[in-house]
Amino acid sequence: MRAPSSDLPLMLEDVSILAREVTILDKITLKIAAGEPTILVGPNGSGKTTLLRAAMGLIAPTRGRVTWGGREEVPPARRSIVFQRPAMLMRSATGNLTYALAAARVPRAERKARADELLDLVGLAGRGDRPARRMSGGEQQRLALARALAKDPDILLLDEPTASLDPAAIKALEDIIRNVAARGIKVVMSTHNLGEARRLAGEIVLLHRGRIVETGDAQSFFTQPKTEDARRFVAGELLV
Amino acid sequence: MPTDTSALDLILRADPALVGIVRLSLLVSLSAVVLAALIGIPLGALIALTRFPGRNGAIVLLNALMGLPPVVVGLLVYLMLSRSGPLGSWGILFTPQAMIIAQSILVMPIVAALARQTIEDLWEEYRDELAALNVGPVRRIFTLIYDARFSLLTALLAGFGRAAAEVGAVIIVGGNIDGFTRTMTTAIALETSKGDLPLAIGLGMVLISLVIVVNALAWGARRASERYAG
Ligand SMILES: Nc1ncnc2c1ncn2[C@@H]1O[C@H](COP(=O)(O)OP(=O)(O)OP(=O)(O)O)[C@@H](O)[C@H]1O
Ligand SMILES: [Mg+2]
Repeated sequence: MRAPSSDLPLMLEDVSILAREVTILDKITLKIAAGEPTILVGPNGSGKTTLLRAAMGLIAPTRGRVTWGGREEVPPARRSIVFQRPAMLMRSATGNLTYALAAARVPRAERKARADELLDLVGLAGRGDRPARRMSGGEQQRLALARALAKDPDILLLDEPTASLDPAAIKALEDIIRNVAARGIKVVMSTHNLGEARRLAGEIVLLHRGRIVETGDAQSFFTQPKTEDARRFVAGELLV
Repeated sequence: MPTDTSALDLILRADPALVGIVRLSLLVSLSAVVLAALIGIPLGALIALTRFPGRNGAIVLLNALMGLPPVVVGLLVYLMLSRSGPLGSWGILFTPQAMIIAQSILVMPIVAALARQTIEDLWEEYRDELAALNVGPVRRIFTLIYDARFSLLTALLAGFGRAAAEVGAVIIVGGNIDGFTRTMTTAIALETSKGDLPLAIGLGMVLISLVIVVNALAWGARRASERYAG
């Protein structure tokens, strides 16, 4: 069930972010609407994480504005993020999920059952009693995804969720992401894996040095890139 | 050694004088730890989570206060509570309450300094996740304290160990009054000087056992913390 006021569309309007005079994001304008996943690609340091953090509302733009469903300064009740390196609370896997469910104001009586559903969704069924911080990197990544889904978000932001996963775990996580997208949750995800971008993307955003180089539907991005930078990126050449 | 057997004897047949002294010691030191926790944990959390001028100085001071000499604390509390002191009207000098106050002053910096360190480290790590989970400021503080629970327990046990073993503060503000303010450490000091070795040795044995139990519990808390910390 969607609440009447949605965080979609998510709009970045002329957003610039500077840290100590250094421009990290440079006049980014981007509309993220319901639909297929939006995939952020770009070299290390191009600004993907910063863009996702701004989209989450964790950092305020130096200039420009970010709006969710047309409103500014909306608390993150209807959007979630899985960080590049998620931090687990000092509790069991289930404890991490019931905590997120409590923060999302799910009634206490329903939390355990919902936590089990979420564990099941990410393939961690039966492992709920394990201390979360003792789980493997891949398990933590999946648990972080489950935790992010606890609030039943409109938008799910994922920062390189498959980096450091083995091929089987990548496949599993991609299936979960498709599953989540099919439920009507808007996925916005960064990745360095072009194969993954091809497999998941509805729309691609290519970042380079804090700017959007090219954006468009995945099909044409990969087959007919409009810019030279995008052509080189798709061909696997280095962007300089 | 005949004194040894009679010391053990005192323990085995639960000699009323010995039991009374042990009970008072535990009561005073446990109360002091509770009081220190009630002040020290919120104080540590406050310093960990806020920025104010002089904060670094406060942290250094807190760490320094962990090593306060008990006799100096005893002297300060004595001056506060003595009849001409600012709190003389309370009339609690040479009572267990005065001893609890003095020991809680000894323990509080240990609890506050360790709480500050642990909560600040956790906050560094949790900040973004808690913001993303839309956790408000009140729940945030409880979360950090709860997730620091094993470290805080270790701090409380260390504080209890310090309180139970110190003699300088309680002897000054308690006065070592028989049956009223006589603790294990003050009794050992007195009985030894009087030459009543069985009671002193018996109390010494109880005190050592207590220290071992406290350390075992602290070890357990560390183990539990490692289990969750990963
Ligand atoms: N708080 C900050 N202070 C200074 N520089 C920063 C800060 N945050 C990010 N940067 C810089 O901004 C640039 C973009 O960082 P960001 O983490 O967004 O890149 P990214 O595309 O996610 O890279 P990666 O692929 O390595 O994860 C980097 O050069 C980074 O060093
Ligand atoms: Mg990044």
